[in-house]
Amino acid sequence: MTKPNADNVEVLEEDDLGRVGLRSGASKLVQSWRMAGIFIPFAILFVILSITSQPFLHTTNLINILDQQAATLCIAAAGTLVLVAGGIDLSVGATYGLATVVAGEIAAHHSPVLAIAAAIATGLVVGLVNGLIVTVFKINALITTLAMSFVIGGVALKVTSGNLIVLSQNSGFYRFANAQFLTVPSAVWMTLVFVVVLGLLLSRTTFGRYLVASGGNAEAARLAGVRVNLIKVVAFTLSGGAAGLGGAIDISRLLSAQAASGGSALSFTVLAGIVVGGTSIAGGQGSVWRTGIGVLFIALIGNGFNLLGIDPLYQQIVLGLILLIAVGLDSWVRLRRR
Amino acid sequence: MSAGTFEEHPHRAAGATGDDLVVAGVSKRFGGVPALSDVSLAIEAGKVHALIGENGAGKSTLGKIISGVIEPDEGTLTLGERHLVLRSPREALANGIVTIAQETAIVPGLTVAENVYLGSEVATMGFVHRREARRRFRALARHVGFDLSPDVLAGNLSTADKQKVDIMRALSRNASIVVMDEPTAALSSDETAALHEIIRSLTRRGSAVVLISHFLSEVLSLSDRITTLRDGRLIRTVDAKSATEESLIEGMLGRSLNAAFPPKAPVDPAAPVVLDVEHVSAPGVVDCSLVLRRGEILGISGLVGAGRSELARAIFRDAKVSAGTVRLDGGELAGHSPHRSIHRGLALIPESRKEMGLFMGRSVRENVSLSRLDLVSRLGWIAAIRERRAVSKVLARTNVKAASMALPAMMLSGGNQQKLLFARSVMSSPSVLIADEPTRGVDVGSKRAIYDLLVEMAQDGMGIIVISSELEEVLGLAHRVLVMRHGRICAELTGDDMNQQAVLAAAFAENLVG
Repeated sequence: MTKPNADNVEVLEEDDLGRVGLRSGASKLVQSWRMAGIFIPFAILFVILSITSQPFLHTTNLINILDQQAATLCIAAAGTLVLVAGGIDLSVGATYGLATVVAGEIAAHHSPVLAIAAAIATGLVVGLVNGLIVTVFKINALITTLAMSFVIGGVALKVTSGNLIVLSQNSGFYRFANAQFLTVPSAVWMTLVFVVVLGLLLSRTTFGRYLVASGGNAEAARLAGVRVNLIKVVAFTLSGGAAGLGGAIDISRLLSAQAASGGSALSFTVLAGIVVGGTSIAGGQGSVWRTGIGVLFIALIGNGFNLLGIDPLYQQIVLGLILLIAVGLDSWVRLRRR
Repeated sequence: MSAGTFEEHPHRAAGATGDDLVVAGVSKRFGGVPALSDVSLAIEAGKVHALIGENGAGKSTLGKIISGVIEPDEGTLTLGERHLVLRSPREALANGIVTIAQETAIVPGLTVAENVYLGSEVATMGFVHRREARRRFRALARHVGFDLSPDVLAGNLSTADKQKVDIMRALSRNASIVVMDEPTAALSSDETAALHEIIRSLTRRGSAVVLISHFLSEVLSLSDRITTLRDGRLIRTVDAKSATEESLIEGMLGRSLNAAFPPKAPVDPAAPVVLDVEHVSAPGVVDCSLVLRRGEILGISGLVGAGRSELARAIFRDAKVSAGTVRLDGGELAGHSPHRSIHRGLALIPESRKEMGLFMGRSVRENVSLSRLDLVSRLGWIAAIRERRAVSKVLARTNVKAASMALPAMMLSGGNQQKLLFARSVMSSPSVLIADEPTRGVDVGSKRAIYDLLVEMAQDGMGIIVISSELEEVLGLAHRVLVMRHGRICAELTGDDMNQQAVLAAAFAENLVG
């Protein structure tokens, strides 16, 4: 398989491949975890829950899970693009919170359409600012979005003056996320469309290719003519926009909002879903589909723990361990490749 | 954290000053390729021993073996009576061998004194005695005549001062052998003079200095012995007194390898100018002008660090260009965007395919089509069939041998990886191609394939600039050669003037005005 006839760089690399070859059993297993990845544990968990818990397999329960995860799924789908492009967005929780209160304040007095548009626009603006700070000022994405989440949290408090916003069920705004179509609420339909669109964007378009290139090797991408900064700004903007959309969906679903909803807990859940789905934290590869399964996997664990009546304490521990395993496998694969 | 060795109470951990270092029959192969073959030399205490040779002749490899960075495959090192097995720079240090590299080994966040005593802190039970360290530092600085404050952060120092920190660290450990790899490359002429004085004072103390340098006059004025390496072999070791610049250049020349080059097609002197660079200045590039005609291959030669790649990137508009203009096909390239350069018909094959060229984990197809996805997509949607067809066309054109275009780039051989970059360039059918080190890390057979490719592309009407550290590559391919030194184009050679002596003379000639 290797020809030892090139110069030093070359052959060292081939040595490396040779070593990978020796351990191909374990390595292949890990590779297939990446590809089929999360699907297998998800299926196993699904079957276990179906057997052990009577109410689990009920349509109501399943739709309920999807309905509850709608916002998280949207945000995680867009967050995948940011991670693939070599960034990270920790501000989505705060952006979501700001979007819910902006939508709530406007929906209380104005048309629902305006409220929804304002929520999404809020998210887009926050994302755009994140992207510009990261690319133009070259500030680390983790720090930028962490700092921004404090700023946005403060702005959200200012908007509500610290009060809880409650909307009436009669408003047209309620129908945004709760209109039923084929017994499935519109929140789930919107999420489905959004995830599919972002999935195709990443896997089938030039923009997706540029995202992968920018995150995989920014220098090489730039020299190959990819406008890396532009691509990253768009990814962050989409992530912010998704947080806005998620916020609009959730306030319509729940009819109440406060500045603190979402927050770092949501940011971390989103990140956990993406990483459990096998998207590399180092950028350069990932999949929106697998992120979707990753988010639902985490949701199933929560749902299963509730249905089986297990102490929620263990839920957190299990989630943490799963996350560690996912990240551990990711860095192990990369180590093997080097 | 043990108390280290200090100039005041030198407990001679190992190598005592005054011992000769004998290198006997040392060989080193990287994979299959020999970097050093059976090299033997004696480095005498109290002398400056210079290692010279072309880029890749093996002088840095030898320096690294002496300083413990690399272990030799064969051969021995003997210091005085003792046989040395150096597995790391730390072990070399314990034997009194210290390296001062071109890139300094300082910790920017620590103070000057902390850097000097790094790893040999004056401490009891882990607590560092700052005052004592400062006192010793001052004594040492006085001794060598450096004017450095112990409390300044080392990261804020100039390159020369950082090197002084490195040197003081070497001195504080009572080094018996000091290896200096291109120590003056980053220094101004004043600083260079100061460093020369330090080198002389080191030898007066009885230390041996191994000087690896590109600057022949520096080598001649400082050294006692000069060893010339070529293709990993020792050509000869001579007394510096009996050497001249000419004799040294002659020793470095005459490479055995003769990777036959394709015949050069004549360039029509009336062919239109495709690239016109006027008075361009950019980081590392000073006032460079050049003209390239259709079908012409222009070679750019010079030492590593002379500004060749920087000029390529300035033309490609990937660097901030502070002055001058670049005209491509008559239209001016402005702004700061490789994206626009590519779409205007300029392609660059960067010097390092791993760091700057390829996406190793991604497929051949994605690697090739990346620059011109616009050709195989509509409204951003990639037409998979069109992409495959376009990619397989350029892969055939550039003779890439890959089992499948779905294979990740890292599974290809070095030569084929390099050809992937050519395929990417060909896909955008540029009028000018700049190939920076087009055959680096490529085996001899693939080299010829790449040479053929370059010549064919030129015959098809492309203007090509070849930048290479391998002299015969530039001479064998180019119709005309520019030599760079210190960021400037210092010579243009054509016809009979295009020979190794002329290029080396221009590349090594020194202008003392920095």
